[in-house]
Amino acid sequence: MKITQISVFLENRKGRLFEVCSLLGQNSINIRALTIAETETFGVLRIVVDKPEAATEVFKKHQITANLTSVVAVEVDDRPGGLAAVLKTLSDHDLNVEYMYGFVEKATERAMLVFRFEDPDRATKVLSAAGVRVVTESDIRGL
Amino acid sequence: MQVNYWNKAIETIDRQALRDMQLRQLRHTIDQAVKTHFYQRRLGKVGIQSGNDVGSLDDLQKIPFTTKDDLRQNFPRGLLAVDPEQVVRMHSSSGTTGIPTVIYLTQEDLDQWTELVARSVVATGCTKQDVFQNMMSYGLFTGGLGLHYGAEKVGMMVIPIGGGNTQRQVQVMRDFKTTAVHITPSYLLHIHSRLEEFKVTPKDLFLRKAFLGAEPYSENTRCKLQDLYGIDAYNSYGLSEMNGPGVAFECVYKQDMHIWEDMYLVEIIDPATGTPLPDGEKGELVLTILRRDAMPLLRYRTRDLAFLHQDPCPCGRTHRRLSRILGRTDDMLIINGVNVFPSQIEEVIMGVPDVGTNYMIRLDKHESLDRLTIQVEIYSKMFTGDASEIDALKNRIKERLKASITINPQVEIHEPGSLPVFEGKARRVIDNREKL
Repeated sequence: MKITQISVFLENRKGRLFEVCSLLGQNSINIRALTIAETETFGVLRIVVDKPEAATEVFKKHQITANLTSVVAVEVDDRPGGLAAVLKTLSDHDLNVEYMYGFVEKATERAMLVFRFEDPDRATKVLSAAGVRVVTESDIRGL
Repeated sequence: MQVNYWNKAIETIDRQALRDMQLRQLRHTIDQAVKTHFYQRRLGKVGIQSGNDVGSLDDLQKIPFTTKDDLRQNFPRGLLAVDPEQVVRMHSSSGTTGIPTVIYLTQEDLDQWTELVARSVVATGCTKQDVFQNMMSYGLFTGGLGLHYGAEKVGMMVIPIGGGNTQRQVQVMRDFKTTAVHITPSYLLHIHSRLEEFKVTPKDLFLRKAFLGAEPYSENTRCKLQDLYGIDAYNSYGLSEMNGPGVAFECVYKQDMHIWEDMYLVEIIDPATGTPLPDGEKGELVLTILRRDAMPLLRYRTRDLAFLHQDPCPCGRTHRRLSRILGRTDDMLIINGVNVFPSQIEEVIMGVPDVGTNYMIRLDKHESLDRLTIQVEIYSKMFTGDASEIDALKNRIKERLKASITINPQVEIHEPGSLPVFEGKARRVIDNREKL
């Protein structure tokens, strides 16, 4: 139950993030989760969207450098200790997190956490077995 | 004003006597040159088999120019005119497009060079009482060792510290009461900007003189440095093909640089036509070295633009004065005193996998020093979404450039298609530094 994350290379220039996000908006693509990894001279925008194929097409058409990565998203209760409980499961199973970011879904009172693992398939199995709700592609589309 | 000489007889020689001496030395130099296959053929074509075929200095005009390309094509020993066992020193430029230019010296050649440097530093008023901190790089670059031996010859105490490590430079200046430095103007400005950090003021130092060289700079910069430190700053000129520093140096009057004409035949030419220009007119400096047996060079095109003064200098030296360098006839860049051709940078960038074919070279001033920034485009297919991979790519470009041109650049990665595309001749260099 991996989902697709799109990584976009952003050069450090005024208005560039706006341009990229505007394109998504104009094409009715909704951002579900987002993070930016930044360095001195460039950034990498990481997004989970409701229509990853359409987003990829839009980026390709506008010559925006983007890449697709498989990530695992889970839902946890939006309360103290929610993330820690998930991380304990991962740690107990020796699963290393390359990076992660979180998003709060107001409607459900739950938080969505996006993880990047070296082995997303095994991570999905471990998390499901531990009773953590793993978000599917169709969940993302319907959020 | 107090004027000191190292070798008064030569430095104030009568112009006619100087011309006679030049002719004798030119004949000798040609006798040396024809020992190389290169000059034997080249001079043979214009009817010169030996020095005896040169009747007067006017015959110099018959001799074809020698260029940097000639030096490269004869790498490594094609222009060596003595038995290799007579050579005691070599120096070399960084390898532009892979082939460095090399010079060779016999002991006598080295002594001649040292003599010029001794004359130069004495012309600025230095004596054996001076403590001389040589902040130019030692090694293959001629800036360090060139001044070193001349200053020793005069009897100054030489501190062979070389370039870099600002904190240590300042500490040494203070501990050993340095009175004279040899340095690039941008580095001297940079040191000043950091004095406060070391809790030192120029008054805590004993500095009196700076020999400035290895990069072009304006009269304003000289005045600024003189004011900041309360010193006298002297302009100097040299190039490795002509031995290095000591080709021309300012005297205490600081009205441009005496070029030692018993050692160099000086011409200013129109770079487009090769026609000699009269004194006072700006053109390309062409030099013939008259006292270097190991490696004679005739009518060498320096690619530096300058002019010669017509009027004599109040110091009494009869050797003509060369203006500061006003530009280049090629695209060579001087970055913190290091000579770099854009083609060298291109070669490195194009050799790094995962980099697109479009790039830009930008030069700025940062804390008084030159800063080189290379802008490249990421190659779309190579982007995996991982920022650390892009950082690794930046570091690869940095390291390769550092190894090739000895300059540590900044590298900016841009999106494909974001750098300007050139339809005609590409103008990839943006130089934001002060214009002269």
